[in-house]
Amino acid sequence: MRTIDQLLSEAPAFSGMSSDQLELIAGCGLNRVFEDGEYVMREGEPADVFYVLRSGRVALEVYMPGRGALTIETLDHGELLGWSWLVPPYRVAFDAKAIGTVHAIAFDGACLRGKSDQDTELGYELMKRIVPVLVERLQATRVQLLDVYGGPGPV
Amino acid sequence: MTAAGTDSAVLEPTTPVAYRVAGKRKEMGDTWTLELEPVGDQRLPGFLPGQFSMLYAFGSGEVPISVSAIAGGSGELTHTVRAVGAATGAICDARPGDQLGVRGPFGSVWPLDAAEGGDVVVVAGGIGLAPLRPAIEQLIAERDRYRAVTVLCGARSPDEMLYPSELQDWREAGIAVETTVDSATGDWEGRVGLVTKLIPLAPFQGERATAFVCGPEIMMRFVAAELRGRGIPPGRIHVSLERNMQCAVGHCGHCQLAHLFVCRDGPVFALDRVEPLLGVREL
Repeated sequence: MRTIDQLLSEAPAFSGMSSDQLELIAGCGLNRVFEDGEYVMREGEPADVFYVLRSGRVALEVYMPGRGALTIETLDHGELLGWSWLVPPYRVAFDAKAIGTVHAIAFDGACLRGKSDQDTELGYELMKRIVPVLVERLQATRVQLLDVYGGPGPV
Repeated sequence: MTAAGTDSAVLEPTTPVAYRVAGKRKEMGDTWTLELEPVGDQRLPGFLPGQFSMLYAFGSGEVPISVSAIAGGSGELTHTVRAVGAATGAICDARPGDQLGVRGPFGSVWPLDAAEGGDVVVVAGGIGLAPLRPAIEQLIAERDRYRAVTVLCGARSPDEMLYPSELQDWREAGIAVETTVDSATGDWEGRVGLVTKLIPLAPFQGERATAFVCGPEIMMRFVAAELRGRGIPPGRIHVSLERNMQCAVGHCGHCQLAHLFVCRDGPVFALDRVEPLLGVREL
């Protein structure tokens, strides 16, 4: 059976990290399983956990009165779920629902923040790996906002 | 213009040939697929994947529409059209038996022969899947000429995914097909996100792959960047451009892109030929 640091090293965001750092991060993690339809996170609740998805799919949803739950993004194998644990007030921004069975590694955000405060090299390494994910999602969101398929098409 | 067929010598490229709407199928809210057949003995030469025709709705106007299926020499034409203006609206309103004027075939083709022996990745956004469909059908028909073939489709919503039943047919024919949408209601279990997000998952090796991309230009820019990141050289990333094509034979200049005429030199271009031009705002 593989340990959490071994599983973590397979996630693109953490690949290439030193084994010492992976062990430190893994010390804040545990395996979790979510069944189909189960909510991994709910909007507004304390954001004390983030996840690395090992398998399955998670839908990020926002509830719109009159329209119901809308999926704004899905996350799959190897992707990171949750960044509200990084910034005050540490509250979850969107619902996250399992589509099919989801296996994930759950990380205690407060534990990781504490270790990063003590070991700033670890904290900086962690930021260098999380910020590109945030930037990529921000850029993708900006393009989605353009509604490129809504206007006249290419033919 | 690259035209094939025996009748091309007797047809003027600026003179429409009368075609009749033989069949019509609604693809989604404002998008229809029309099957056209010649009214008389005169018929256009055969089209190749990537080429377009000029469809003329009498009294409303003429628009360039890529061929969305290739008929086997019968003279029939298939176009998928989205109603976005007066001319496309009139074409979509045409009923079986109504006549349209058709000119063509015009423009460059998806270079399927050049992709032989390598991986092929096809990336479509929205109605951009229509001009790629003939290429996909040819890839399937000649499947053993290529290594991994992947089709990646993005759409605005699940209801606006073009040719949903054919996507499954293509999977069963031995090609990988992945889809994503920009947003969805809670009961959708597929992917939600940009089509670029599918590219890291696609089973191709950049150094031996060829890409065909069609969709909104901004989407193609992001897709091209991602494909280059996976190692496909710009000379093997082919995009289909849309400009204001009117004469379709490189005379009027409406579709001019610097030294290129999109109607004559395109619409399919290798990225290295047009990439520097796409960033010029005045063009």
